[in-house]
Amino acid sequence: MSNLLEVKDLHVSYGGIQAVKEISFGVPKGEVVTLIGANGAGKSSTLRSIVGLVKPESGSIQFEGAELAGLSTDQIVSKGITLVPEGRRVFPDLTVLENLKIGAYMRKDSLGEDLKWVHDLFPRLKERSWQLAGTLSGGEQQMLAIGRALMSKPELIMMDEPSLGLAPIIVQGVFDIIREINKQGVTILLVEQNANMALKAANKGYVMETGRITLTGTGAELLENEEVKAAYLGKAKEK
Amino acid sequence: MSTKKKTAWNVGLIAGLLILLFLLEQVMPSSSMLFTVLKKGAIYALVAVSMNLLNGFTGLFSLGQAGFMLLGAYTYAILTIPVEARNSVYQYFDGGIIQFALPVPVALVAGGIVAAIFAYLIGLPVLRLKSDYLAIATLGFAEIIRAVFQWDKLGPITNGSNLLRNFPSFRSVLFPFVVAGICIALIVMLINSTYGRAFKAIRDDEIAAEAMGINLAHHKRLAFVISSFFAGVSGGLLAMYQTTIQASMFKSAMTYEILLIVVIGGIGSVTGSCISSFLFIACSEWWLRFLDNENFYIGGFHVPLLRPGFRKVVFAIVIMVVVLFYRQGIMGTREFSVEGIANFFKRKFGGNKKKKGGASHE
Repeated sequence: MSNLLEVKDLHVSYGGIQAVKEISFGVPKGEVVTLIGANGAGKSSTLRSIVGLVKPESGSIQFEGAELAGLSTDQIVSKGITLVPEGRRVFPDLTVLENLKIGAYMRKDSLGEDLKWVHDLFPRLKERSWQLAGTLSGGEQQMLAIGRALMSKPELIMMDEPSLGLAPIIVQGVFDIIREINKQGVTILLVEQNANMALKAANKGYVMETGRITLTGTGAELLENEEVKAAYLGKAKEK
Repeated sequence: MSTKKKTAWNVGLIAGLLILLFLLEQVMPSSSMLFTVLKKGAIYALVAVSMNLLNGFTGLFSLGQAGFMLLGAYTYAILTIPVEARNSVYQYFDGGIIQFALPVPVALVAGGIVAAIFAYLIGLPVLRLKSDYLAIATLGFAEIIRAVFQWDKLGPITNGSNLLRNFPSFRSVLFPFVVAGICIALIVMLINSTYGRAFKAIRDDEIAAEAMGINLAHHKRLAFVISSFFAGVSGGLLAMYQTTIQASMFKSAMTYEILLIVVIGGIGSVTGSCISSFLFIACSEWWLRFLDNENFYIGGFHVPLLRPGFRKVVFAIVIMVVVLFYRQGIMGTREFSVEGIANFFKRKFGGNKKKKGGASHE
């Protein structure tokens, strides 16, 4: 299967400090791929450089065979990649409906069908169309952030810690939605600290540590891996 | 309420307002303070709304409004002084170098365009700055413009630090109302369009807006240029209202007045800016005038403290009270609308009907 997104030898640094040191990975079309790792491992920086919010120092990022490095964010988004940013970042003083419409900003065609799609996925958002996004609960805001990203009709949706700060039951709901979206044909690149949930949902996983990828495997393999268990799943290493 | 019905109501209201103004003008003496307030209020309403587009809807804290008004006012004046009057106006500069006059509407638009061009150029470096730094940079720009326009070497165009006069002005209060009304309607249409939504998104969260594919630099520049265009037009109107202009009147104090109007009206509310503009002008020019009268008696009682300038003290206190008790300004981010009023009355007198929001939310 060919890779929808192919990252090669990516370097990202902030003023001399290297956040990402030469990582390479691929995201096959139609799959869920997850990057897991502790804080400061460089997961978010990787996502931010893919979507062009941070300029990579070197390396190549190819999407459907076309080079993305050096393009501006709006150009990248119009190619069909969206980011659900860390911490949700909905627009608090806009209504739920306006937030969704902003998600479709790069599109010029009619939105009716996709609005219906998002409303079917998140019935709660339809009920709250006229409410200001800032008054939603954390879980609802996360739904809105995902719905907003879907409005751009992306081929690849990248989520930065969608479970951050949510109650376990809500986290379960978020991952159900992720599976559902994936079933409908959207490729997903998921960055998570909640390794257990992420690896269960993922076809493929990469473990990042201090800017490098240290382990690779299918979700199931990594769940069974002793080192991953010890570091991220809170189970003692069996010796 | 259906959109059609709403539009009909709004059109009706506007027509009613214009007819009322027309009748007032027939009935009342034209020297009445009411007309002064209405004329100046309409002009300030336009510039306040243009500032609100930037400060309230795009989240760019800019203080360059007086500078852009100056550009608009000068462009209007320079382009409309009749050729035969130029020798007397430009008496120290051999009649100046511009020897033609344009019709009023063209010159007003040209004033806006000149302001917009300057805004574009100044925006290239300045819009990289954020919040306070942007405010300081734009304020500096306005001051520089004011100094440059008083420069002797530019005299053949700007008449140096001398007055520009003899350009066409308006007599009827309808003129500033119609021009400001059209401009404000255009701004409202922009705010309600996809561009307006993008502006608001930038205001709420720049990073998220960028992640949605909104080009930050492009949209900020767009908001800045459009806001300056309308500030330029209002500058032209102000020139017409005052009949003479001079660069030295466009001080930064003017920008602060406009900022005050925006804050009192509610940052992010177009109708708030309009309402507060009229209230502000009325208070500062008219309603508090009696406080300047040293010999003011209520019955046989001589009111103490009153003397020329005292109204400014009271005015300052009024503003402080307003800001203390209406943190969000008079309107907050709400808008005044026919629907909002209808709902309000329904709620008050409609018995046990289900409650719905008062003023409609933008």
